Amino acid sequence: MNRRDSIRSLFLGSMAGGLALESCVSEPEAAIEQKIWEYQYGRTPEEQAYDEKLLAQQFFENSELGKIKRLANLILPPNEQGNIEDANVPQFIEFMAKDFPSIQTQMRGGLMWLDNHTNKTYGNDFINCSEDQQLQVLDQIAYPDPDASEQKQEVKFFSLVRNLVMTGYFTSEAGIKELGYQGNQPNVWDGVPEDVLKDHGMSYDKSWLPKFVDQSKRNDQAQWDEEGNLIT
Amino acid sequence: MQIIENEKQYDVVIVGSGAGGGMATKILADAGLKVAVVEAGPFFDPANPEQQTQLKWPYQSPRRGAGTTRAFGEFDMAYGGWEIDGEPYNQIGDTQFDWFRSRMLGGRTNHWGRISLRFGPRDFKGKDRDGLGDNWPIGYEDIKPYYDKVDKLIGVFGSKENMYNEPDGYFLPAPKPRLHELYYKKGAEKSGVKVMPSRLSILTKRINNERGICFYCNQCSRSCSVYGDFSAGSCLIFPAQKSGGQVDLYVNSMVREVEVNQEGKATGVLYINKEDRKEYRVTGKVVVLAASACSTARILLNSKSAQHPNGLGNSSNMVGKYLHDSTGSDRMAFVPELMNRKRYNEDGVGGMHLYSPWWLDNKKLDFPRGYHIEVWGGLGMPSYGTGFNPNDLNKYLGLKVGGYGNQLREDVKKFYGSVMGMSGRGESIAREDNYCEIDPTAVDEFGIPVLRFNYSWSDNERKQARHMHNTFEEIIENMGGIVLGDKPGADRDYGLLNPGRIIHEVGTTRMGSDPKKSVVNEFEQLHDVDNVFIVDAGPFVSQADKNPTWTIMALSWRTSEFIIKELKKQNI
Repeated sequence: MNRRDSIRSLFLGSMAGGLALESCVSEPEAAIEQKIWEYQYGRTPEEQAYDEKLLAQQFFENSELGKIKRLANLILPPNEQGNIEDANVPQFIEFMAKDFPSIQTQMRGGLMWLDNHTNKTYGNDFINCSEDQQLQVLDQIAYPDPDASEQKQEVKFFSLVRNLVMTGYFTSEAGIKELGYQGNQPNVWDGVPEDVLKDHGMSYDKSWLPKFVDQSKRNDQAQWDEEGNLIT
Repeated sequence: MQIIENEKQYDVVIVGSGAGGGMATKILADAGLKVAVVEAGPFFDPANPEQQTQLKWPYQSPRRGAGTTRAFGEFDMAYGGWEIDGEPYNQIGDTQFDWFRSRMLGGRTNHWGRISLRFGPRDFKGKDRDGLGDNWPIGYEDIKPYYDKVDKLIGVFGSKENMYNEPDGYFLPAPKPRLHELYYKKGAEKSGVKVMPSRLSILTKRINNERGICFYCNQCSRSCSVYGDFSAGSCLIFPAQKSGGQVDLYVNSMVREVEVNQEGKATGVLYINKEDRKEYRVTGKVVVLAASACSTARILLNSKSAQHPNGLGNSSNMVGKYLHDSTGSDRMAFVPELMNRKRYNEDGVGGMHLYSPWWLDNKKLDFPRGYHIEVWGGLGMPSYGTGFNPNDLNKYLGLKVGGYGNQLREDVKKFYGSVMGMSGRGESIAREDNYCEIDPTAVDEFGIPVLRFNYSWSDNERKQARHMHNTFEEIIENMGGIVLGDKPGADRDYGLLNPGRIIHEVGTTRMGSDPKKSVVNEFEQLHDVDNVFIVDAGPFVSQADKNPTWTIMALSWRTSEFIIKELKKQNI
């Protein structure tokens, strides 16, 4: 059924309800277009309103964002594959701090701790330290003890920032390309490539082959005999 | 408040538009009946570009797919989740029952795993096998013709295996396994665990001209815009409308109760329109409840009248009792041989290409009933969480964990696709003392009394979960993998997930031939009121180690045919 039919049917039945949708549908196309901002992915009106609310707020102060950017660039230095600015990592971290309020204190406190630490050690805010000094700080907080049952707060803070930076990058266009993910597009799956199977010492069980789809016949309408055997 | 009347008189009023309600809509409308479908959520069509999440990239969202707004990530197609604002539910004692609701046309069928398994002959007669629970009043032979029809109408891929309790059907051909699934097969078969192609309601081949064929994007959980997978809206309700059926959809309409006349027969339902928050009445000759097992129980218990003072259909006091969900436990593995994998498009269908049905004889085990094993892994689309703990797995290789710099890029790429997992999903024993009931102390934002849950697992389920982990560890070892995480012990119920977590809750209005011990008869008709039927999973006597959807639909079809006959005979 096409969309217009669906909506017509909705109104037929809907003595009540559907008014909001009606007004939305009767609006000119251009007005709707205008309302859809850069992020478009099938959100409900409530979800969209929530996102817009978060996007209209700012949690981190500019000085904090500057520190986040610096940390992100140390965690994932730019190279020919991509960089954290193009991947919108700082904006993503700003958004997540509002989306997950539970990380706000740890983030803000951790950024403050950085300055406390570098002021004491180097007599400078973190952002004004030399790269060598900044990396010396990272050397102290970037290596959690895998066998310990708990980690120090500054180590936990850095792990949180690293996670956000890494996931921000690898969910960006450049990061996905760098990772080598090749899907999210129409495809016809016909099994693991032969050379990969060979590399892993695997093969498709010969007795299984008749169970698998013959992709050259995928468009032929399915018919069965009375025993349930596919005959097309 | 004044109730707003609807002048239209329907033959059938259906509450809920998921698997059961959708199937009833299709069969009853195709028979020429006038049908009203009352759905608590909004209209949804996966082909509507404004609602579509399929083929979106994580960077199209400011939260990159995180699960703040939707429980399984924001691209998942379930409007709702474990918690819904304004619609609470409560627990009795230390119960931790997690109740998943999806408020939208098509309900949970828009995001489910499409695992479409028939119950087998043994599954209907559990008590005969081990003395636990109860038998169904019907057997496999009663429902088989309807499973056959569901297969042909909706489409399910699979393979003929000639296993007694895993009956074959009319299958579309199966997709070839992915690489990590071949590793699983090798490891499982070494331990004598049966492995076979999965059975999912996804079109690997054309089934009609109204629906598209799967294009292997792995995103069935986002609901398919070409209708290549099964959802109740796209495959049942829209086709019913398209073929000229008289189907009126009432969306954003939250049913509070079923109304009855002097004789105690149902006359229709009362619902709250969520948009204007007013009460409406819709009337029909027959009421079909398909709101989901617990929501239907809630509606019945809230439908108190002089004729039915204990709630509708509840003279037995059985409504809400025998609530049970599948058992579930999961484990992950790191497979070093899958490091530094060659890249290719491995999306495949949404979900696993092969699985293990229950393979053992309980006579040799310390628990009743069985479980199946689902497999997951592969070169999937990155989403929020990808890149977290980028090199934790280094500890298994004797390398450093943590750090910073471009080495992290290499670590993420090295481990991509090298972690896989297994999920056991099994049968629990239905018990009278696991139930939901009306909480007299609370209402939702529409003024409707809410549910509270009382639920505990027994050793039957705990021992099953322990067996799952023993099996997982053996399989992982067999395939050269490293088991991740500690083995859950008795202190954690051997990893058994909270009841409700598997989203297979059933049994609250169970069927039986004794009206004192059951709510509906074998045609899912209330013992107490002959024009009210229940076609969700409430009537299940036992859950089996299968997913419930295919059985919901087969039973709903059977019940719908019964309704048509009874209306013709003017019996109801």
